[in-house]
Amino acid sequence: MTVSQVSFGSHEPVLEVKDLTVKYVGDTRSTTAVDRVSFSIGTGEIFGLAGESGCGKSTIANSIMRLLKDPAKIAGGSIRFGGKDVLAMGPEELRRFRWQDVAMVFQSAMNSLNPVLTIGEQITDIYTTHAGYSRKESLRRAAELLELVRIDPVRLKSYPHQLSGGMRQRAVIAMAVALKPSLLILDEPTTALDVVVQQEIMAQIKELQHELGFSVLFITHDMSLMVELSHRMAVMYGGRIVETAKAADIHTAPQHPYTQALMGAFPPLTGPRVPLAGLADGVKFRNIPDLAEASPGHFVAPFGVAAGAAGGSALEGASR
Amino acid sequence: MTTYIHPSPSAADAVVESPTAAPATGAPAPATGAPAPGVASAPAPKPRQGLIHGLLTNPKAMVGAAILLVFIALALLAPVLFPGDPSRITDMASLEPSAEHWLGTTAKGQDVMALTVHGARSSLLVGLTVGFASTLVGILVGLASAYFGKFIDEALSLITNVFLLLPGLPLLVILAAFLPPGLGTVILVLIVTGWAGSARVLRSQALSIRSKDFVAAAVVSGERAGRIMFREILPNMASIVMGTLLACVIYGIGAQAGLEFLGLGDVSTVSWGNNLFWAGNEGALMTGSWWVFVPSGVCIALVAFALALINYAVDEVTNPRLRKIKAAVTPANPERSAAK
Amino acid sequence: MRFILRRLGFYLIAFWVSITLNFLLPRFMPGDPVSRMFARSAGQMQPEQIEALRKLLGVDDRPIWEQYADYLYNIVTGNMGVSITRFPTPVTEVIASQIGWTLLLGGTALVIAAVVGNLLGILAAWRRGGAIDSALPPLLVFIGSFPYFWLAMGALYLFGVILGWSPLRHAFSDGLEPAFTWEFISDAGAHLVLPALTIVLVSIGGWMLGMRNTMIATNAEDYITMAEAKGLKPGRIMFRYAARNAMLPSATAFGMSLGFVVGGALLTEVVFAYPGVGYQLLNAVQGLDYPLMQGLFLTITAAVLLANFLVDILYVRLDPRVRAS
Repeated sequence: MTVSQVSFGSHEPVLEVKDLTVKYVGDTRSTTAVDRVSFSIGTGEIFGLAGESGCGKSTIANSIMRLLKDPAKIAGGSIRFGGKDVLAMGPEELRRFRWQDVAMVFQSAMNSLNPVLTIGEQITDIYTTHAGYSRKESLRRAAELLELVRIDPVRLKSYPHQLSGGMRQRAVIAMAVALKPSLLILDEPTTALDVVVQQEIMAQIKELQHELGFSVLFITHDMSLMVELSHRMAVMYGGRIVETAKAADIHTAPQHPYTQALMGAFPPLTGPRVPLAGLADGVKFRNIPDLAEASPGHFVAPFGVAAGAAGGSALEGASR
Repeated sequence: MTTYIHPSPSAADAVVESPTAAPATGAPAPATGAPAPGVASAPAPKPRQGLIHGLLTNPKAMVGAAILLVFIALALLAPVLFPGDPSRITDMASLEPSAEHWLGTTAKGQDVMALTVHGARSSLLVGLTVGFASTLVGILVGLASAYFGKFIDEALSLITNVFLLLPGLPLLVILAAFLPPGLGTVILVLIVTGWAGSARVLRSQALSIRSKDFVAAAVVSGERAGRIMFREILPNMASIVMGTLLACVIYGIGAQAGLEFLGLGDVSTVSWGNNLFWAGNEGALMTGSWWVFVPSGVCIALVAFALALINYAVDEVTNPRLRKIKAAVTPANPERSAAK
Repeated sequence: MRFILRRLGFYLIAFWVSITLNFLLPRFMPGDPVSRMFARSAGQMQPEQIEALRKLLGVDDRPIWEQYADYLYNIVTGNMGVSITRFPTPVTEVIASQIGWTLLLGGTALVIAAVVGNLLGILAAWRRGGAIDSALPPLLVFIGSFPYFWLAMGALYLFGVILGWSPLRHAFSDGLEPAFTWEFISDAGAHLVLPALTIVLVSIGGWMLGMRNTMIATNAEDYITMAEAKGLKPGRIMFRYAARNAMLPSATAFGMSLGFVVGGALLTEVVFAYPGVGYQLLNAVQGLDYPLMQGLFLTITAAVLLANFLVDILYVRLDPRVRAS
């Protein structure tokens, strides 16, 4: 299954994920968290990945950086970054690939910062490890970096618990762009924050993206945020992609019933008020087929009467 | 003197570090699933069933249980196997192990095998009594601390921490020195010095369960304090209680031996610690009578090891993260799974 | 700072509890240990010394609160009576002459066991299922199952009596005078190896497994994943990120286990006739020397509390969250 490149900026994809399958291997049975997922991201493109919690979004993000922990295992497929096979990298190559080529902003900034090291120490060790700068030079650059996300450089000496939630997340974003990676993965970067701070953070990311030109894999379940930010997006359900197209197309004409339900479940940021509608109780999709091109650049998993039928959880991933 | 000190503190830490891991494994339901008071007590039996099933299929637990059963059987059968007073003095002094005396004789001509088998009675009795009693005190203190909170918690925690900090052996020594000698004294003294560790572990576990929704629901629905503590909270701590009990028994056996080795026990009874005391007193090692001193020490170690094995099995069953990782290597990322 | 003061207050309470326990025990226990003691040591003492000891141990007609105030005053001013077994040396002097050896033995063993044990725990957790992780824990748990004193006796028998590698008793050879000479220090070192080694062997398993388990919990934290994502070198993640955090509960355990280690050291001293407070404690027990027993209990308690306080100060250095928050 190939997805044609409707990418922005360049036709050369930065990231190409093909038939990625991730399994959680248990003692007695294993669960497929990500099932034959394919997508690609072009240079400078913002690609959104939407879906409810547990649908496999974060697992994909962790797979790209090879961060999966036991019992999760990549069971099949390929991940190529700038032509290199990520899954075949040796430990040292992988270590350099991480953060230099792909960086990631994790869900909770409080938990992803080490509580006993200062912000400064946690930024400078990126520079000392990857760029080989001296401590002094690293500190100077760390200060610049904080200024870039509008944090006072005196905060270099602060510990994570001394910063506000928004500040911590901005510090994490600053760390993510420290080495000017070509791809930035944002794994629900604003989930734990209040709405005002959310807006600040998103504005910050947009601005940095303009300035530095990296591609973005943006993961969220907040559809309105995603439509606003992404060029192209995919909707996941039960470990599978059910629909992918330009964000604007999905916004105006969602085709898969799940996408429609998801679009209906979030209020639009602008425009008139409309009543919300979600997926009806007990509706589940199983055995989701491969995507088919519904209109140019718009791919939808075929859904017949049977696919939309209620009940059951034969699809393992969906039952999680 | 306690040969095996860490399981309880580290178990406590494990609980603190990963509140999700320890209690909820058997049944994830009690954590969030039962806000309604009527359902509240329903998930309680599940963790215990899961624990027992897990233990029955765990090789460590089975090896430990087998060793323990052998010793319990020996202790019960001692009067049949070796009738008469094992400490009777004869003129067959310091004989090497032979067909007649499997483990040789002491400097006073006592049969070492008989002493060792009879010694199991007192050592296991004291160990088990101390273990159960200290755990019981720990449960009461821990539950009361967690349930009532505020002032009661502050006061009980203070007492617990003080007792935890006072160095055990010197405290044992002054208590045993001033109390009239006897088996009752030994047991009492060991409980006084042993309960605090279990109370600390059980309190922190009870606290985390106390903050769960189903307990809040039970409080709101007007259940009595005793019922909430013993029917709602306690059943969900089954694995920690089990681990604490095992650690306390280990403590009891080891500390009794230490106390007796110093001559502070009831010297007239036959126990492993007293056997070693006499072995030291009669200079068994200096005269090369190793057979007098080896058996009792090995028995203490075997029992403690068996209990520790079961304890680790409990940890493994309830905390999946500690379980051994299968070396499943996928072709896609060979070194990733090897490195972790 | 508030944290430190709180802890200090707690240790003072703990010390007060142990003083009070000391005060109450001889007064409320059935039987009359005091007269047993005097029966054994009759004839050595002057009447006024007997009178002072009687007061110390509660054979006293004054009201109890007056006795208590008197007792507290005596303890605070360092007056713990005179030793019976080493009559007429004051208890404080007996203890002062012994405690150095205990600190040497216990301190050496504790530091080695904690450092090596924690390192092994870090390595075991980092390479789950590797050689260290699968072979060492069961072995160390098994060794740890033996009573301290029994292992010590076995080691003494094997290395001292049979192989003759190690001196059999005491902290230095007969005829040597304690001095800062190479001869004396090497001799004392040779006497230290075996007793220290037995304590290390028995206690190292607890350290290792404790550290291993906290490391495993720490390795599942998001900040470890983040550090991995940052492409840091494995050694740096292991020590600077994982072990640095796993050390915090370990530091608390360090303080808590001091009491146990002291107990182990005391018994080891008894076996090796090592002239520290543990050996003295046994002598006191055998000689019914109650003032010395009580004095040793208070001294050891004070030492353990002090060590815990030092660990607390270290903890504040290690964990910024308790600092000035």
